Amino acid sequence: MRITYTARTALRGLRSNMTRSLLTVLGIVIGITAIILIVSIGQGTERLIIGEIQGMGANTIIIRPGKEPTGPTDAADMLFADSLKTGDVEALRRKENVPDIVTIAPAVMVSGNVSYGGETYRPTIFGWDAEFMGKMMNITPREGEYFDELDIRSKASVAVIGSKVEDELFGNDSAVGKTIRIKNHAFRVVAVLPSHGQSTLFNVDEVVVIPYTTAQTYLLGINYFNEVMLQIEDAEDADAAVVDIERTLRERHNITDPEKDDFWVVTQEGIIDQIATILSVLTLFLSSVVAISLVVGGIGVMNIMLVSVTERTREIGLRKALGARNRDILLQFLTEAVLLTGAGGVVGITLGILFSILAGTIITQVLGRPWGFEFPYSAALLGLGVSAAVGLVFGIYPARKASKKSPIEALRYE
Amino acid sequence: MAIIEARGITKTYLDGDIETPVLKGVSFSINPGEFLAIMGPSGSGKSTLLHILGFLDRHTSGAYFFDGASADSYSEDELANIRNTRIGFVFQSFNLLPRASVLENVRLPLLYSDVPEADWDGRARAAIEAVGLTHRTDYEASRLSGGEKQRAAIARALVNHPDIIFADEPTGNLDSASGKAVMEILENLNREHGHTVILITHETDTAAHAERIIHVRDGMIERDEIVTDRLTAETFTK
Repeated sequence: MRITYTARTALRGLRSNMTRSLLTVLGIVIGITAIILIVSIGQGTERLIIGEIQGMGANTIIIRPGKEPTGPTDAADMLFADSLKTGDVEALRRKENVPDIVTIAPAVMVSGNVSYGGETYRPTIFGWDAEFMGKMMNITPREGEYFDELDIRSKASVAVIGSKVEDELFGNDSAVGKTIRIKNHAFRVVAVLPSHGQSTLFNVDEVVVIPYTTAQTYLLGINYFNEVMLQIEDAEDADAAVVDIERTLRERHNITDPEKDDFWVVTQEGIIDQIATILSVLTLFLSSVVAISLVVGGIGVMNIMLVSVTERTREIGLRKALGARNRDILLQFLTEAVLLTGAGGVVGITLGILFSILAGTIITQVLGRPWGFEFPYSAALLGLGVSAAVGLVFGIYPARKASKKSPIEALRYE
Repeated sequence: MAIIEARGITKTYLDGDIETPVLKGVSFSINPGEFLAIMGPSGSGKSTLLHILGFLDRHTSGAYFFDGASADSYSEDELANIRNTRIGFVFQSFNLLPRASVLENVRLPLLYSDVPEADWDGRARAAIEAVGLTHRTDYEASRLSGGEKQRAAIARALVNHPDIIFADEPTGNLDSASGKAVMEILENLNREHGHTVILITHETDTAAHAERIIHVRDGMIERDEIVTDRLTAETFTK
């Protein structure tokens, strides 16, 4: 039987029960919509996060103390690990050890309140190198200037604060030149950062940055770092730099077995790989949940096709009496099922794309970040394929049932 | 040579353990070009016989030769092909697709044939013209009168130029005028175009159009007679 006629016959069959066809296909529509939405949001999130990470520059390398975390307890260990010390930073700074390093900035974390007059606020406090941070994140102060190398070496009591910290402590007044207190220690505000919002690592608006030497000596009384960040000349040399860093630190820490490293090195590429893996696992998980809904939708299609086969028993008998072979009948009902689910797939893809664009708009509003929408071709193709496959799989049983009917029994059916 | 030869055909329906014999061994043969009526009261097995002869049903025992070959030797697909190309069926209840037009209904058997798609409409229109329904070609089947429906059904039976037309009480649901018109068409097909026509009826008037009448009663052939005072279309119009 010619395929155009098969399709037209199938369409007639579906149209004659329009409401029923629409309701039946709703399950497929919802399933496909959800898949497109999940995949699209997953891809968008990945692009957003990767964009943020790339914002820190491909030539940034982070060294952290302790063992590379493989679970939540390891992450806690990291905070208390004291394996990265000033001597390590000095060794890394030497050109003969790691020739690619341009700047190196160790960091410590300080927990505590900051106060001015009667106002108190709890920001994220870093003992760091403010110039390094500014260069890495491409931020210049809104007011004032970053403290410099000399301030770090002289353990100066100076602070760079985020815009929200300024708002909280000073209201509408300018903070530059004023003295704030951190853990009963006075710091002069030298710069205020522009409003920037959440970055990959921390919220820039809620940060207070002081020289790491000052934080170590006066606030924490420690001689190690929580993190060492460094920048290299060229991102392409990252792998070579990592090798140099690992060799230098192992030598200093007397480590021969890399398995026993008391530090670990993170590159941008490494982070991106990790996040991409996490997101794809998450997307896969959500998609498999949706796949269950497609199976349920498919059962609905099968149910309705069975009803349809029963209702049209006489038509099947007639067609057989007029010379339709079993496979003609099979093809007719199979086409009907696939058209039904395929149409559901097309509607689902359209809705999914619309919702994705809508979600993108909302996310842009909420996060204040541009959210690039890209048509999820792979997901659309997948959705179409899956919906057609659902029609095939769940249509085959009713269609076979229809094709096996004896012509005279079918014709006699009341 | 006979186009249809039945030798001791039986048909027994099984409902659970209960056997209901419907045909108890019927034998006869039909030559090409015959106009035959099968008569009998309801429950006599005449419809079952027609369904077996038309390959809509299978006999339980005995032998049925169609065009010299045993019906048992045909595969499912070959049977479908015979139903499609060699046989035309006309039913008492018309069995048209109600939402489809007359043209689409008549075209239906062509979908399952080897006729090239380009010829479908031409053939269907010719068949519709042959039964005098040209003015109804694009009407939805459900809007036709009973007589028109049966004529559309005959056009559908004709469209693949079959050797045999099986008609199962074709006038059973029609008023006498429409019935007369339908019988005229069938007779014309037999006489002018050489189609073998096998007709089931319980009306003596209708049967009288045939050249030969087989009387069936209780699953057996009671009488096989040649009609002498044949009621032809001409006598009707006089």
